[in-house]
Amino acid sequence: MPRAISITVNGTKHSSEVEPSLLLVEYLREKLLLTGTHVGCDTSQCGACTVLVDGQATKACTVLAVQADGTAVTTVEGLATDGVLHPVQRAFQTQHATQCGFCTPGMIITAVDLIARNRKPTEAEIRHAIKGNLCRCTGYQNIVRAIEAAAAETQAVTGVEVRR
Amino acid sequence: MTITEHPKYIGMRVMRKEDPRLITGTATYTDDIVLPDMVHLYFVRSPHAHARIKRVDTAKAKKAPGVVAVLSGADAAATGTLPLFVNVPGIKQSKHFPIATDKARYAGDAVAVVVADSHGAARAAAALVDVEYEPLPVVVDAEQALAPGAPIIHPELGTNLACTYPFKGGDIEKAFADAEVVVKQRLVNQRLIPNAMEPRSVVAKIDGNELTLWSTTQIPHFVQLFVAINLGIPQNHVRVIAPEVGGGFGSKLNVYAEELVVPFLAKQLGRPVKWTEERREGYLSTTHGRDMVHDVELAAKRDGTILGLRARTVANMGGYLQAFAPVSATILHVFIVPGAYHLPAYDVEVKAVYTNTTPIDAYRGAGRPEAAYLIERMMDRLADEIGMDPAELRRKNFVKPDAFPYTTVSTLVYDSGDYAKALDKALERSDYKGFAARRDETERRGRYRGIGLSSYVEICGLAPSKANAALGIGWGGYESARIRVNPLGTVQVWTGTSPHGQGHETSWSQIVADQFGIKPDDIEVLHGDTLESPGMGVGTFGSRSLAVGGIAVHKAAQRIREKLILLAAHLLEASPDDIVFEGGKLFVKGVPERSKAFGEVVFQLYLAANLPDGMEPGLEAIVYHDPENFTYPFGTHVCEVEIDPETGAVEIARYTAVDDCGVQINPMIVEGQLHGGIVQAIGQALYEAAVYDDNGQLLTGSMMDYHVPTAGDVPSFTLDHTVTPSPVNPLGVKGIGEAGTIGAAPAVVNAVVDALSTLGIKHLDMPLTPERLWRAISEAKPMEVRS
Amino acid sequence: MISTPFEYRLAASVEEAVRLLGASPDAKLLAGGHSLLPLMKLGLAQPALLVDIGRIAALRGIRVDGEITIGALTTHQAIADDATCQARLTALSEAAASVGDVQVRGRGTIGGSLAHADPGSDEQACALAFGATMRVVGPKGDRAIAAADFFKGALETALGKGEVLVSARFPVPAGRTGSAYAKVAHPASGFALVGVAVVVTVAKDGTIERAAIGVTGAADRPFRAAAAERALAGTTGDAAAIAAAAAKAADGAQLTTDLAASAEFRTQLLVVHTRRALRRAVEAAKK
Repeated sequence: MPRAISITVNGTKHSSEVEPSLLLVEYLREKLLLTGTHVGCDTSQCGACTVLVDGQATKACTVLAVQADGTAVTTVEGLATDGVLHPVQRAFQTQHATQCGFCTPGMIITAVDLIARNRKPTEAEIRHAIKGNLCRCTGYQNIVRAIEAAAAETQAVTGVEVRR
Repeated sequence: MTITEHPKYIGMRVMRKEDPRLITGTATYTDDIVLPDMVHLYFVRSPHAHARIKRVDTAKAKKAPGVVAVLSGADAAATGTLPLFVNVPGIKQSKHFPIATDKARYAGDAVAVVVADSHGAARAAAALVDVEYEPLPVVVDAEQALAPGAPIIHPELGTNLACTYPFKGGDIEKAFADAEVVVKQRLVNQRLIPNAMEPRSVVAKIDGNELTLWSTTQIPHFVQLFVAINLGIPQNHVRVIAPEVGGGFGSKLNVYAEELVVPFLAKQLGRPVKWTEERREGYLSTTHGRDMVHDVELAAKRDGTILGLRARTVANMGGYLQAFAPVSATILHVFIVPGAYHLPAYDVEVKAVYTNTTPIDAYRGAGRPEAAYLIERMMDRLADEIGMDPAELRRKNFVKPDAFPYTTVSTLVYDSGDYAKALDKALERSDYKGFAARRDETERRGRYRGIGLSSYVEICGLAPSKANAALGIGWGGYESARIRVNPLGTVQVWTGTSPHGQGHETSWSQIVADQFGIKPDDIEVLHGDTLESPGMGVGTFGSRSLAVGGIAVHKAAQRIREKLILLAAHLLEASPDDIVFEGGKLFVKGVPERSKAFGEVVFQLYLAANLPDGMEPGLEAIVYHDPENFTYPFGTHVCEVEIDPETGAVEIARYTAVDDCGVQINPMIVEGQLHGGIVQAIGQALYEAAVYDDNGQLLTGSMMDYHVPTAGDVPSFTLDHTVTPSPVNPLGVKGIGEAGTIGAAPAVVNAVVDALSTLGIKHLDMPLTPERLWRAISEAKPMEVRS
Repeated sequence: MISTPFEYRLAASVEEAVRLLGASPDAKLLAGGHSLLPLMKLGLAQPALLVDIGRIAALRGIRVDGEITIGALTTHQAIADDATCQARLTALSEAAASVGDVQVRGRGTIGGSLAHADPGSDEQACALAFGATMRVVGPKGDRAIAAADFFKGALETALGKGEVLVSARFPVPAGRTGSAYAKVAHPASGFALVGVAVVVTVAKDGTIERAAIGVTGAADRPFRAAAAERALAGTTGDAAAIAAAAAKAADGAQLTTDLAASAEFRTQLLVVHTRRALRRAVEAAKK
């Protein structure tokens, strides 16, 4: 039986009726047409579907939409504000951390979550933090560089909280 | 080189034009496409690896909620069979219907398809299709499939042997007769699952007579060709679009069953149709890679001079021959076996074999990683046998820099190279000399340390069309480009290549920008849509895009430039030889104030009021570039590993790669290609293997079971390069898409074997998993453990 | 994509959850969902009703009184980040930090993990080694189940029909105690191929007073490496004693052979990692 839910996605509150079996990623992609969040596997491994749920990096393929009722969700589409890219997004371009781009949104979200918890992550910490996000193109090296660069930029701008 | 006076953007680390849409989530991949009234497909796939299909009962499924249609193989047979692009001598081609009609030949072979108004309804109804199977004996191993009495996958062929591909050069008998030392080794290139991060997806819609098909493909024009042929739709009414494509690595280099069934049903039903693979489904139905076993003998003198090589390879093709399948085992493998060395004689024979497994096809490197692994492992085996430093052995046998163009014993003509230069740089950057001290330090910590080299040569620039034809590839190797400069000076470039992560929009813009004296941002590069592109594009695979497609773009830009020069000379009353393109202007050399803006000159071509006599109005060029030869990138990779003797765990302690892909258009993109390629090779060397049980069930059937390397599994790499321009194209470029994957696996394996060589270990097969190493170490004499 | 439809109820209290569970023959509890939803996506679990306890605040958090009580809804990440756990239940903290990946740790809960009892889940080894007690509420009221009695087999626990695991209570180790968790993860799934949690208490004279070793991943259910524990007790805890004890870590156990590792290799990994974990734990205890 469908249930009424209300989720704030990228700052906009959405109220919908959904089947309990609907996954959060299906809700985002199919109901809200936010197709920046991708599905790369069916066993909760690849991390392409990662979004922030109340600030926590979450595999949206492993959460029911009804479980996210009342939460605030941020997808890759919601990271830039007023056309200004998030530092992590910017760094993914300057450091060439993106090739085919399919893992990129999930990877960026996980990086945003990491930098919010750890302002100056080491290479080892970054590699550990993105283990749940698979990439087949980049070999991860430039993704690590991008996260380092974004963290450094965040550090440099004192007093500015990283949004997540 | 005939680029501009001073190439400005070629060689620059220009940020990628593709990125803004990728980092903001606004890119459109095939599965993102939603059309009104769209229906969804779900394939029923055989759970048996080999079974006769006795009956397909669709009645119950047809009555399920939301179901629009259910088709068996017979119902869909009007799609015709899947194409094979290869016609090597004696090849026995299997009949390959998109949905099996008589029997299932591997677990995952489609036997029926359900159409419903949602993916969920189609999936639920698929479980209701009642298929009666008669299980047949199964064979998964290619060598066993050749044994007498093995089950025959395609009875009409009478054998599982799809083809035998022999090639000989030099006097192989003499080489072995003169040999002072012969090393023999059996080498296994295990089966791999490509794992492009984007699952495959196909969407089709019919609009009157017009069919539009979106597909996750590396070759949209070939898909268009076969949809038109197989479904009997005039080619001009078939538009194929490869939108954003999320990686391929060869797994999207095909004309797949779903690419025929989806448009077939869109046409039948008059409704848009979508199919997106689930990852576990893709592990069964998207092509796998490699799966070759080589028995190799290398003949040499005691001083390290190599004399001849003999190899017998058995290559597993799976249940059917997919489009390019035999190429990796034959054409792209056999000829490059000599690698970087002057090899006087060789004798290689490959047998390609049907089995009850998922079809094999190209996977990043496609035949060349296998060849590089073969020769580079054998060089290390030889070095070990004669007690020579592996670097010195390689240097001794390298084709010398003054020997180019060099004709190999396998009849290839290597374009250019300086192999020792790359080797020396790699040895220096990796501090090869300091290795002994590092090993001593590691051993004091109770661990083994080894160093491994790989000096590869690979073939790119596929390919001169006549060579293709001679080799048995059923299509030309040219590439197309079209450039249109609009009346207001905006530049549009269509390329026949079909990138899926390689950054062609950026690199092609750099090439054109230098010709026109404008900025890359002023140029729009379009690809992956058969509507406006030239009539045929070959696509993106085999590291061919730059050396063939990039050159086509360059030549088209040159044609336009030549016309602009004549017009500017006319307008500025100067000699054509004196026209300079720079900063968005055309001006007279030495007199920059005598100038016209680029757009102003272009506009004159459309105004057509003041053109030189005989000049056509308009500014557009279409080029089909057919390369004169392949290109041969090369390099040396150096890997250093530490091994925990108690757990068999391998850690890559240092990794250095010096690659030469000729002139680099965008070094940032070159490095990115190498990083990714090296990690895929490390995956093969240490982690990945697709494993079947004897019944043909894929045991590594999901991402929970198959180890795709994570960020935690690999280190950062030290990259450097040499630049030896290719003489076979005007930009001097070679290609870099597969070099990392070709160069890295032997370096990693050589390092691991080197680390364990003190135990008397001569060789270990990939993947070098902890258990495999622990067993090898345990069976040898383990060192005293300190930790 | 979950094919089979189901009903969903959000429980406001444990009592309501128990009532809802009792009312449906085919109901399952949903906490973080990181054990159950993957199974449902694969069609391996098809409950008719999901009772979501994810919003019951009382089940979330770490409380220190005489013991350390960890609410069932406490996430792996919260345990890994908790200073008390890091100091007093180091092995548990390390185990929680080794679960899956960032995303899984952020949503997956200790209660879900213990109740699901995947043979390779990490924290169950710690529950055994620390001698934790599972507090369970069911239709017949509360009961406590010792960890030793809780894990019955692969995906099988002592939880009865309609019972809800509400917390795991870890006794605060007495005296000079150190603990550590060592793991070899399945390279793709992240579950433990072998995970070993060791808790060591050192007597005043510096000898090993007590050792507890919980093992996960190696067999179809978690177990205590009793022979190794006995072998270490009473020794000085030097390298030789640790190695001798660790060598017995697999004694009496039937280890798993699967595609990822043979029983022989699991034995080796268990012995090596027991030794390495014991070293760290003894060092911490003696500090």
